Amino acid sequence: MAQEEEISAEEARIEEAVEHNGIAISVRNLRNSFGEQVVHEGLNLDVRKGEILGVVGGSGTGKSVLMRSIIGLQTPDEGEVHVFGESMIGRLDDEALAIRKRWGVLFQGGALFSTLTVAENIEVPIREYYPNIGPKLRDEIAAYKIRMTGLPAEAGPKYPAELSGGMKKRAGLARALALDPDLLFLDEPTAGLDPIGAAAFDDQTRRLQQTLGLTVFLITHDLDTLYSICDRVAVLADRKVTAVGTIDELLATDHPWIQEYFNGPRGRAATAAVAREKDKRR
Amino acid sequence: MDHISALMNKAADLAQEVREGRTVIRLSGNLSIACLHDLPNRLDAIEGPVDTIDLSGVDHMDTIGAWVLHRTIKRLDCKITGDKCDAERLIATVGSVDEPVNIRPDHEPPWQRVVGQIGEAVVNSGTTLLGLLGFFGGTLVATWNVIRHPGRFRINAVVQRFEVVGVSALGIIGLMSFLIGIVIAQQGSVQLRQFGMEMLTINLVGRLTFRELGVLMTAIMVAGRSGSAFAAQLGTMKLTEEVDAMRTIGVSPMEALVLPRTLAVVVMMPLLGFYSSIVAIIGGGFLCAVSLDIPPITFVQRLREVVPIHDLWVGLIKAPVFGVIIALAGCFQGMQVKANAEEVGLRTTAAVVQAIFLVIVLDAFFAVFFTWVGWN
Repeated sequence: MAQEEEISAEEARIEEAVEHNGIAISVRNLRNSFGEQVVHEGLNLDVRKGEILGVVGGSGTGKSVLMRSIIGLQTPDEGEVHVFGESMIGRLDDEALAIRKRWGVLFQGGALFSTLTVAENIEVPIREYYPNIGPKLRDEIAAYKIRMTGLPAEAGPKYPAELSGGMKKRAGLARALALDPDLLFLDEPTAGLDPIGAAAFDDQTRRLQQTLGLTVFLITHDLDTLYSICDRVAVLADRKVTAVGTIDELLATDHPWIQEYFNGPRGRAATAAVAREKDKRR
Repeated sequence: MDHISALMNKAADLAQEVREGRTVIRLSGNLSIACLHDLPNRLDAIEGPVDTIDLSGVDHMDTIGAWVLHRTIKRLDCKITGDKCDAERLIATVGSVDEPVNIRPDHEPPWQRVVGQIGEAVVNSGTTLLGLLGFFGGTLVATWNVIRHPGRFRINAVVQRFEVVGVSALGIIGLMSFLIGIVIAQQGSVQLRQFGMEMLTINLVGRLTFRELGVLMTAIMVAGRSGSAFAAQLGTMKLTEEVDAMRTIGVSPMEALVLPRTLAVVVMMPLLGFYSSIVAIIGGGFLCAVSLDIPPITFVQRLREVVPIHDLWVGLIKAPVFGVIIALAGCFQGMQVKANAEEVGLRTTAAVVQAIFLVIVLDAFFAVFFTWVGWN
């Protein structure tokens, strides 16, 4: 009982920190290296509460490494990472538990547990963190999460090997959302999806973000995703975040990589598509 | 202290009261997964009729809280009042996706499942045996093709396998054989001493290792080392579509992958088996010298008298056949991998189990056969 109170006290303190400043994640002076190769050096980034932040950068600029540093899968050489005001560096797994419950992560390949069905996958975090939730309610929660992420009801008893790529991503999203987190990490959610599936996934992400008031940290290569759902975009280049802002703000900078990224042939096509969409709405 | 009191307010709670003849459930605190505690059970325990659920004490709600409310509202057919945290919208959201979803695949009754499993196992064994035979045929065809077009023979791949299958195994097989030799000599001498015939230990060690143990232990070790490796390698290559890529380029996986491995094991097995027998005899000789006071010279002399040369042939004839079985089981299982990484593990296990089982079955047949031809 005393321990339970302690954990809850921890949760209360985090709650307070979130209420008081609007920053969900703050990264300061981050340095990551693998042997000789330095991936990040003096990297700073703030993710505001309730926004969808797109993270872009060329291959090998350490987008995934940044995400892994934030969620504690990679210990950085130097620097500070705060999530909901709590430092995440050098914390024991048990200490960071209260924070871990408050985020969900969708890995690139979905990372579903292959020996469990989709529904059982979604139940894993609930079973792990909240054993007080009875089996019947747990099944019901898994059921509505499946439908909420746009999976058909028949997907519940299927094993990951029986799912298509798009369904795997949705199942991964459903598992990431199992505990109703405040913070959602998406690692290239639309990679490998067909354009229709990708657009549907973007739409779903946006809708869920609005319904649940999520903060989303979204790594992507997909320009359409950036244009259609991201509130702000952070650009990783030269080992740090070179620019953060709305796409219009980024276009105003004269960083060569940013210019090439948004004004290259694909970037122009995405811009044109957004403009057409706006015209249609008018 | 502040935290604790703040918390007490936050844990979800309910109070039931009757106002003007109508039952009202007043909820308070935080209706989120972390603060629900036993609230769902308590809500379930409430029997109707209930008129309204009052949410004026609720400060926060997530979809799980909304779901709990949704099912209660559905069950008790009541309405909600005092919504101040967007509860209606959340309840409507989860309500819109309320539809039964199966969590697990349907379960059959136990007897049906047992019968089904037995049937499946029988069919599986049958198809595996057939598949193995077919695979053996495929290997023979590939061999014939390579004989007709010697240019397609991959000498490098074979030599590379020689090293992995043979040379790298010398250490472990040597150590194992040496110890087995010691154990047989020691156990044999203890029994034979009772009849005063310690000298017969030499017969025991010599004949047993050449005829049976040398090759058999080598086969088991090679199955564990190389058969499993073949299954895992080929299985992974199947998963990453390397095997398919090979086919599209026009390279036959049978010729490029299976044949070199099979050939390597077939060539290496007699050599390793002979080596293993010799080391086991050295082990036996070592024990004889140390604990039975039989000098090595006498040991070798006696060995030449009691071990007929056909004992060596028995071992050497069996070895390549065992090699074929080990390589085929490993490659066959590896090539059967289709779905996922987990299957690679299962297939690898199956390869080793099958190889060892078939080797021992065949060894029994060989024993009968060699007795029949008079090589006792």
